Amino acid sequence: MTVIDSGDGTILDIKNLTVAYQQAGEWLEAVREVSLRIQGGETYGLVGESGSGKTSLVLAVMRYLEETGSIRSGEIHLGDLDLLALDDNQLRQVWGKQITLVPQNPQSALNPSLQVGDQLIETLRHNLNLSQEEAERQAVEWLKTVRLPDPGRVAAQYPHQISGGMQQRVMIAMALCTDPQLLILDEPTTDLDVTTQAVILDLIRDLTQEQNTGILYVTHNLGVVAQVCDRVAVMYASELVEDAATQELFSKPLHPYTQGLIDSIPRMGDTKDNIQLRAITGQIPPIGEAPSGCVFRTRCPVAVDICLTRPPLYPAGESRYSRCHRWSDIDQGEISAHQPTPAAIPEPIKPDSGQHPDLKVKELTVHFPLLRSISDWASNRPSSEVRAVNGISFELSPGHTLGLVGESGSGKTTIARTIMGLEEKLSGSIELLEIPLPDKLSRRDLDTLRLLQMVFQNPEEALNPHHTIAETLRRPLIRLSGLSDSEAESRMVELLQAVRLPASYAGRLPGQLSGGEIQRVAIARALASNPELIILDEPVSSLDVSVQATILNLVGELQADLGTSLMFISHDLAIVGYLADQIGVIYLGSLMEITGPDDLFQSPHHPYTEALLSAIPLADPSRKGEPIHLGGEIPNPVDLPSGCPFHTRCPRYLGEICATQAPPWQVAEETGKQIFCHIPLAELSASQENMIAERSKLSN
Amino acid sequence: MTTAPKSPSIALDVAPSWWRRLSLLLRELYSKPISALGTTITLLFLLAAIFGPLIAPYGENEIIPSEARQPPSSEHWFGTDNLGRDVFSRVILGAREILVLSGLGTLFAVICGTLFGLLTGYRGGWFDEITMRTFDSLLALPALLLALLLLGTVGNSQYSVLIVIIIVYTPIVARVVRSVVLTVKPKGFVEAARLGGETQMYILIHEILPSVWPALSVESALRFSYAIFLVGSLGFLGVGVQPPSPNWGLMVKEARPFASLIPWALFFPAAAISLVVIGVNLLADGMKRILGTTRTSQSRS
Repeated sequence: MTVIDSGDGTILDIKNLTVAYQQAGEWLEAVREVSLRIQGGETYGLVGESGSGKTSLVLAVMRYLEETGSIRSGEIHLGDLDLLALDDNQLRQVWGKQITLVPQNPQSALNPSLQVGDQLIETLRHNLNLSQEEAERQAVEWLKTVRLPDPGRVAAQYPHQISGGMQQRVMIAMALCTDPQLLILDEPTTDLDVTTQAVILDLIRDLTQEQNTGILYVTHNLGVVAQVCDRVAVMYASELVEDAATQELFSKPLHPYTQGLIDSIPRMGDTKDNIQLRAITGQIPPIGEAPSGCVFRTRCPVAVDICLTRPPLYPAGESRYSRCHRWSDIDQGEISAHQPTPAAIPEPIKPDSGQHPDLKVKELTVHFPLLRSISDWASNRPSSEVRAVNGISFELSPGHTLGLVGESGSGKTTIARTIMGLEEKLSGSIELLEIPLPDKLSRRDLDTLRLLQMVFQNPEEALNPHHTIAETLRRPLIRLSGLSDSEAESRMVELLQAVRLPASYAGRLPGQLSGGEIQRVAIARALASNPELIILDEPVSSLDVSVQATILNLVGELQADLGTSLMFISHDLAIVGYLADQIGVIYLGSLMEITGPDDLFQSPHHPYTEALLSAIPLADPSRKGEPIHLGGEIPNPVDLPSGCPFHTRCPRYLGEICATQAPPWQVAEETGKQIFCHIPLAELSASQENMIAERSKLSN
Repeated sequence: MTTAPKSPSIALDVAPSWWRRLSLLLRELYSKPISALGTTITLLFLLAAIFGPLIAPYGENEIIPSEARQPPSSEHWFGTDNLGRDVFSRVILGAREILVLSGLGTLFAVICGTLFGLLTGYRGGWFDEITMRTFDSLLALPALLLALLLLGTVGNSQYSVLIVIIIVYTPIVARVVRSVVLTVKPKGFVEAARLGGETQMYILIHEILPSVWPALSVESALRFSYAIFLVGSLGFLGVGVQPPSPNWGLMVKEARPFASLIPWALFFPAAAISLVVIGVNLLADGMKRILGTTRTSQSRS
């Protein structure tokens, strides 16, 4: 993809744009004096954490701000067209034809009551004035272009009948079919699984290569940016802080914020035993409360007096800009916001491996019966059930961390909830400290409950919005630990300190806390009863990267201090690889592979793990990986594939044997890694060697 | 580590008290003209109900035969009825009975409904099935018809009207509460409380009930307005409250044969019913706007 130089090739030209929202008579600036220019054929990444103003910028470009928001100053030109001068009628001509959008959530963007083909036909007819027949023909053509299998059949389906990844492909077809000048992609893969994301990213890359469309790609994921964008603009607290070609930005970031952001991503191969994640201290200021001068100075490790004045956007080399007074010092390597690599988290006191495991799960099976319909009953069909977890066994030694990785629908959360007693198992056994756990929560006594705690995924629902932090934390101290009121009060303050929150937070309500702070309180609540085992279910998946790193470090440190066993559930291999001592990869309710973190990236891999590893977008533009594409969709757990559950999508499918016989557990000799596959390990190793060389050494 | 004494800045962070919440709610209600109107009307009727005997120039059954069938004048603001009773005084004095009856009825219905709603929503299973199907069958009958049937069995008195209101509105309140419980129950903080070994009672009252309050207060205000309507309707039909009570519905019924002769005796009590129902409804709408809930049950008079 060639970048057209200056001037005439410009598709979108934003000059000094300021967007503000009116709140209680005051104008709060969400975008402050941002300029950027997108050339034809260029993919321009816009990166920022939540609250950085990137969504407001996109809405301003679309001229689609809410009523309370307005463009206070600046210019936006689309080619020769002055977007700010258009009235509503003219805007309607622009939308969908010259500017198109692929939103984060295709489910809400597609009309649930129309077949997807019809929605595509409507777009084509409305914008290109085609006849019905011509539009129908082109619609199927476009569905084929976005690589949907059997486009004719998909066209006749309703959005709920196809998967999220397929819906997003339909949205991309809709956005590209009118040959727009500007395509805005707003976090298009954030809600998708990593293997699906890889397919969509490939598609976007290939389709836009030929066209002269300018692309604004909005995301918080630096890995995605590195993989698909030509240029990147980084936004922080309403301001554009750095603007550079992707290659340059990643190899030499010239703004401390960008440095911090890149540093805080856990890389594959990092583990808590060899490195501590480098996090940015503090958190992004809410809109309207950014500090004066440089907006980043309160969190910046290299801030000096001059930072009290607002830095201009310094040109820092050919077509790259940094809004930092000290960019040249950074450039010459005199200062660095790279924190000196912190020491690894000290090894927790792990008792001898000869000890009994904390948690022992054997052949755990959990099925959810579906309601039997009258027609089932009449035709004497047996009632069907969702087979969420199918015969999973593992052990967790005291003071260790077990990581469970899997995509959505793999059953990882069900395993956690069953251990906690929130769901009931069908068969198998769960033993805590050698004592079988009763299925029902109501059958477990307070002592058992005290030993087992959980941190939930969604910070918005984790704490009761009507209770203060103090009330939330005090309760388990009194109820489970049996402390008196005054003891609970002082222990509560200690807990807040342990999760690095000031004692003044005790009187606050959850609504006054950020997502990261709420997860800290949730961790403190889990710690309150001094449990033996804590299950963390995707505790950081809804947090920004820089906050994610702080929470992961905190979890690692707390475990080192207290020696609590952890079960960590995530869809992110890099995170689990960082925190866990042992990793289980789950697919459709069955374990595919059990491995240590050091061997996670060593062959042999289970073919599914291999596909997962290859699909992670690397935050390094010089390594464009070749993700392995998994065919088809994840099978319905009501109707499990026979034999190996992965055989329907396996790129290394052997034949008959995979479809009919359950594979054996094979143990690799050097690493002790266990793999659930028919293919001999030596054979797997041999064919996977290349990928390891490509991907294992990534720490920079 | 000892606890630091609470500094003033911490005190400001503390969750607002009930009294403060109420005053905040009132301030919000008066910030929009429509809800301000509703609140004012409701408050005026409440004042009439409390201080009625002090305001009314005549007694409720004070008959002045010489002044029967007088049109509205400075002496008798709303005129007099067929027997020579002052309509203004009767409307003012009638406020207490109708508001107390419908208020108490609503209160008990809300208490019973909340209890059933919390239990059915949280426990689920056969208890939920049986209770909710019973409530559904009660809801299948029009409220007025159900009320007439019930009054036929329990007899005519103020207390029977009260019981009728409770029976008619409990299922509706229960359904609203249950729907909120169902959305709150799977949330992390409720499950965390279960994992913390809390009893069912504690979870229902401390963890779930606070989330039910907004929807419940809006629903209560609505039920109150419909209860007023129901008491008036029953009075008009001549069941429940008996003459010579200054029930507005009863007053309309008594004045109806003479509608062309003394229209004021019919108009003012009817207007009082409409006005208070409209007032309370506007208030409920305002509360809904402020508390950010949607009306979850269909309106039913």
